[in-house]
Amino acid sequence: MHIPDGFLDGKTAATAAALSAVGVGLALRQVRRELPPRRMPLLGLSAAFLFAAQMVNFPVAGGTSGHLVGGVLVAALLGPSAAIIVLAAVLIVQCFLFADGGVSALGANLFNMGILGAGGGYLVYRLVSSQLRGLRGQVTGVAFGGWIATVLASIGCAGELAWSHTIAWTVAFPMMAGVHMVIGIGEGLIGALAFVAIARTRPEIVAERTPASGGTVPSGILRYGLLVALGLAVFVAPFACPWPDGLESVAAKLGFAGNATSAIVHAPVPDYRLPGIHSAASATALAGALGTVAVFGLALLLGRILVRKPVRKSTKDPSC
Amino acid sequence: MLRDWLGHHHGGHDSPVHRLPAAAKLWTALTIIAGTVLVPWDWHAWFIAVAALLSLAALLSRIAIGFLLRRLLLLSPFVLGVVLVNALHASVHGSWPALAARSGICLFTVVLLANTTTFGKILSALRSARVPALLVTTLALMHRYLFVLLDESERMRRARASRTFQRQRRVRWHLLGTVVGQLFVRASERAERIYAAMCARGWK
Repeated sequence: MHIPDGFLDGKTAATAAALSAVGVGLALRQVRRELPPRRMPLLGLSAAFLFAAQMVNFPVAGGTSGHLVGGVLVAALLGPSAAIIVLAAVLIVQCFLFADGGVSALGANLFNMGILGAGGGYLVYRLVSSQLRGLRGQVTGVAFGGWIATVLASIGCAGELAWSHTIAWTVAFPMMAGVHMVIGIGEGLIGALAFVAIARTRPEIVAERTPASGGTVPSGILRYGLLVALGLAVFVAPFACPWPDGLESVAAKLGFAGNATSAIVHAPVPDYRLPGIHSAASATALAGALGTVAVFGLALLLGRILVRKPVRKSTKDPSC
Repeated sequence: MLRDWLGHHHGGHDSPVHRLPAAAKLWTALTIIAGTVLVPWDWHAWFIAVAALLSLAALLSRIAIGFLLRRLLLLSPFVLGVVLVNALHASVHGSWPALAARSGICLFTVVLLANTTTFGKILSALRSARVPALLVTTLALMHRYLFVLLDESERMRRARASRTFQRQRRVRWHLLGTVVGQLFVRASERAERIYAAMCARGWK
């Protein structure tokens, strides 16, 4: 999901970079304020851990393999602000040292995997774990949050590629979202299994987060939520929104150059004018909603299985 | 094997390109990338000039061309995939040769930069460019312990492989999760030791 250089045009890269700069700035401020100095090396070590963990491939249906992104796992262990910094470090090293992901696309990659992935996924994790108490809720949250994070990041990626006119939205969206709805199951499963393994060997790492995050984080959560919503509104809404007027006003409000505006407005419109697209669009939405509910059910089941029988090996494997 | 894939060429290598100040190389690379991404495709002069500059730098750096090309090929499957999709579906603007050229130039720039400049030097360039200290420290620690943790995960993989005979699917998933979890536990224990060592040496 690392976008290389040359795939994003100037406006997309700059918008994404600005959004992620705000996100990383907020995260740095938050971490500087609340992380005790004794935990400071943990940020660098967690980044190294995430890099090593991303090398572990898991099989996905059809011979391909995916790998962990791990944003939600780290966010559940260290908090969302620390997770955003950890992901920023991982992406910067991957970009400059291993040329994995473009320099000009660094902002976009950071937004997709850091802000949408770790920040957005953490919101879901909090929501689930505040409803379901205890370790079971946390495990369910990590599993479901991991899936949502992967899908969100892929949708953000598709929106950015489409906004840059690199791949048409009608091709990019089904391709990216479809593949990542499957990969996301692996992400959620590995994340949940790893979380349980950590809770079993070092319960204090997992327990440490619960009371601390209850007290101090909500304002931070709100900020990341706002950033996630803003990003989705900029990158995804213009394509998902079927009304040209709304599209036009968004484009005008953001102040694009005249030719850019006309390109954005005219390109997607013919797609939406096609007869029958309305039913197709609602069918897609319905399928997405059903898939989300199904995955949530699986996550719930996973949490139940993993936590009730602490020593037995896990049995749920929905993706293979 | 992992080390081969990740390894860079700057042990013992020396050339005029290696000796250039890191900050100058970093900003030149960023300028080249920004220009290549932003410049319209009909400015052929820019692309030719950049290509000439990069080939000159590659020659002067005395890194084997085969190594650089291999690295380029290794990193480009995604680029090739999207170029292919784009070649099949005619898109609104920007044809696929432009896409391939842009990505290729940027990729080559980063590969060249990474192989002629040590990460420590890039970090000090970032520090003098006023990147927040917390982020730079995190990057430095990450880079320092990256290969330690990669070795650790390799040892865990070998130990596991020598102890497990059956490779049922669900066992494999469970093992993957446990390995990832264990890696985090070890990383966080190492972080505690590092903090103690840092304090013992008078950090802060």
